[in-house]
Amino acid sequence: MTILGAADSGPSCYSRFVNEWFCWQYVEDRHVQITDALVEHIGITLAALVLGIVIAVPLALLARRIPRLESLVLGFSTGVYTVPSLALLPLLVPFTGLSAATVVIGLGLYALTILVRALLDGLRSVPDDVREAARGLGYGRARMLTRIEMPLALPVVMAGLRVAAVSTVALTTVGTLVAYGGLGDLISHGVQRDFRAELMTAAVLCVVLAVVLDVLLVLLQRVLTPWTAGAR
Amino acid sequence: MELFSETWQYLLDADNWTGAEGLVARLLEQLLLTATALAAAMLLGLPLALWLGHLGKGGFLAVNISNVGRAVPTFALLAILVAADWPGSADFGPYGRAGLATLIALVLFALPPLITNGYVGMREVPSDVQEAADGMGMSPVQRFRRVELPLALPVVASGVRLALVQVWATATIAALVAGPGLGRIITEGFARNDYAQGMAGAVVVAVVALVLELAAAAAQRAVDPMPSGPSSDRDDALSVPSTTVTEAPTGS
Repeated sequence: MTILGAADSGPSCYSRFVNEWFCWQYVEDRHVQITDALVEHIGITLAALVLGIVIAVPLALLARRIPRLESLVLGFSTGVYTVPSLALLPLLVPFTGLSAATVVIGLGLYALTILVRALLDGLRSVPDDVREAARGLGYGRARMLTRIEMPLALPVVMAGLRVAAVSTVALTTVGTLVAYGGLGDLISHGVQRDFRAELMTAAVLCVVLAVVLDVLLVLLQRVLTPWTAGAR
Repeated sequence: MELFSETWQYLLDADNWTGAEGLVARLLEQLLLTATALAAAMLLGLPLALWLGHLGKGGFLAVNISNVGRAVPTFALLAILVAADWPGSADFGPYGRAGLATLIALVLFALPPLITNGYVGMREVPSDVQEAADGMGMSPVQRFRRVELPLALPVVASGVRLALVQVWATATIAALVAGPGLGRIITEGFARNDYAQGMAGAVVVAVVALVLELAAAAAQRAVDPMPSGPSSDRDDALSVPSTTVTEAPTGS
């Protein structure tokens, strides 16, 4: 069917001779491959973000209590953030091998560095008189954290989460070094074979994915902090 | 952990450091790329950002350009540049294969932190300080050079530092499109299942990145007109809040 159609209308727009950047025919013919890469990309991104959040929250709470630990955590996060992603992934390979875990842990580390900073900044932004008022009302440590401090820190924390999410989507492409790069694998293949439609489709999907995730997080923030809606 | 000792062996072998594709040649190539791209981006971006900040216009663009830069994967942009008819993957002087494409990508990814921090730094100069400068009879040019610029310098310098880290990371990623730089040691190691070589390249890239970051941090402290040392009697009204753009991991 496709062969007949191609014979009728000349070479398809992604044949070697035409090699167009944007080619819907390519998307239709290879949609299974593209969907698989997209699903892998989303999976790695979300896993890395969840890993980052799960470690960042207790770490930030602990660092807030112990000033020594705070400077250690901040120094470590500057260090991790300085190391390029293409160099961080090989350094994890001895521990995790050539697996998706390597990419998830590497990107989780980057997300962690942003999130810890955002959490510490957010908690520091809670005014002292608010804390005192809550204490006067009889709030204990745990209830103070969950009912007063966390909600007030949320806008700063969410801003950090948005930065982490958008950059994790982009960074996942580098995972192609260990063959788990989601859409990055398509870009890599596209470069090697000089296949423009493939790499352009993957690149566009990366940006779209980042924007969609960002919009979802903005909506989530609106839902979680209804009191900021009027102030904007 | 056999891989660690193999990596160590690779780093100790002088043959791996010398030669046209050895660690030293690749390191110099990447340092040259980084310096060229950072200088070009500073020449392009800083005057524009400082001028916009001085006028107080174009803030939306200046602040949002960082978000756009973050969403576009470095790898994707490099891939598009290399696969295009121009600049393509041709050799470019001392910058190696796909040198021009790499330089363009490096400059593009260095611009967002430079522009955002340049603009924010200028805008955060307290308005009463600016008014005082006007009241003293300073011309706008004098105000810019003698009041706003020195006060904005720490924030501008932190933008340069972010840009440097970003450029170094992007230059490493150029290897994914068979471009120049140290990343080639890593990608070639992985392509040949020689993971010791991949690790060795990664170690060198990471160490140089940390050294550059430390040097940039020292330089940033040096340009601060009012360092917050214990002995300085700093006037709080004059201090520019050290708000910088949220740092994001690089080489995305």
